Amino acid sequence: MAKGVKPRVKVPKTAAAGDSITIKTLISHKMESGQRKDKEGNLIPRSIINRFTCDFNGVNVIDVTLEPAISTNPFLEFEAKVPESGEFAFTWYDDDGSVYETSKSITVE
Amino acid sequence: MYNNKTVLGALGGLMLTAGLALADPADDTLILNEETKLVTRTAAPAHMADAVDEVISGWHFRGVETRAMQADDFDNPGMIFVEQAEDSWNTADGSEGKSCASCHEGSDSMKGVKGVYPKWNEGAGEVRTLEMQVNDCRENRMGAEKWKYTGGSMQNMIALISSVSRGMPVNVAIDGPVQSTWEQGKELYYTRTGQLELSCANCHEDNYGNMIRADHLSQGQINAFPVYRLKNTKLNSVHARFKGCVRDTRAETYKPGSAEFTALELYVASRGNGLSVEGPSVRN
Repeated sequence: MAKGVKPRVKVPKTAAAGDSITIKTLISHKMESGQRKDKEGNLIPRSIINRFTCDFNGVNVIDVTLEPAISTNPFLEFEAKVPESGEFAFTWYDDDGSVYETSKSITVE
Repeated sequence: MYNNKTVLGALGGLMLTAGLALADPADDTLILNEETKLVTRTAAPAHMADAVDEVISGWHFRGVETRAMQADDFDNPGMIFVEQAEDSWNTADGSEGKSCASCHEGSDSMKGVKGVYPKWNEGAGEVRTLEMQVNDCRENRMGAEKWKYTGGSMQNMIALISSVSRGMPVNVAIDGPVQSTWEQGKELYYTRTGQLELSCANCHEDNYGNMIRADHLSQGQINAFPVYRLKNTKLNSVHARFKGCVRDTRAETYKPGSAEFTALELYVASRGNGLSVEGPSVRN
């Protein structure tokens, strides 16, 4: 398992109904591309986050496929429309099978 | 014919003006997390009155995206390392079974520390950088191994200690017991080194704001260290930066953690007295 993996997200606490809000996500991950070699010339095996999803109250907002060229600590920023109060659930999928999850709730005023 | 020449002349003039305007430090205000206004330009401290009128943070010399990245803790990649240091702050290490928190409690107890370093240590009878102080704690209070001066664990910790002082002014003492070290640092600052025969002052005092090929020369202020550099995606220490600069003059460099770089750090820090502590900052 990749070491020191820690997901972080930033979602506004409140919004008006139907508003488009900006969500920022970042996961600390080395994103080893699988192209590099170590000092002895051996290939360093690929180890990346290969998929990211965000759901709002069970409905998918975004589903991203990540490729090896994406840099260390991938940062993703996107917009989402919030029709009602609820919870955003974020999931990152690691090459090694690990799944990292976090969630944030938002109140519609 | 004449008409053509006039047009060309006018165009040339325009391009020149545009080039100069582009190289000026950006007219912008750094507001951290939409609440704390940082001092990024201020009147120069008295000791450098005959050199420059105004001291300017390196933040003004970087692009608009880079500046914005530093203004928000979520966007600032340096804050990931601050979080890692927070974990290590609370983790016991060494033969005494102590962590930083065992003596100092929360990391916010370090508020106000970054701006006054390097400073005189009475017990040791020497000028110490923050890194030296951290290693002193590790070795003598925790019974742990010293960290590498410019290494990741060390610079992450410096970034954590710096982050709680952001917005407070840099205010290193230059008189009293540190004066001779400060004088030595000043001498190093104005001494030309290497095959290119360049001193710190040649670029950072005489030519800040100008382009050196593709690089926009800043005043070489160190109020914003440790610096997260987009080119190497990690935190960079003051001494590693000094080493890089001296190397670029094609000279043999002093070692990070050496007495020479400590003296230079004290002097360069004093050139930024009055600017806000910014680290961890973002630069290219």
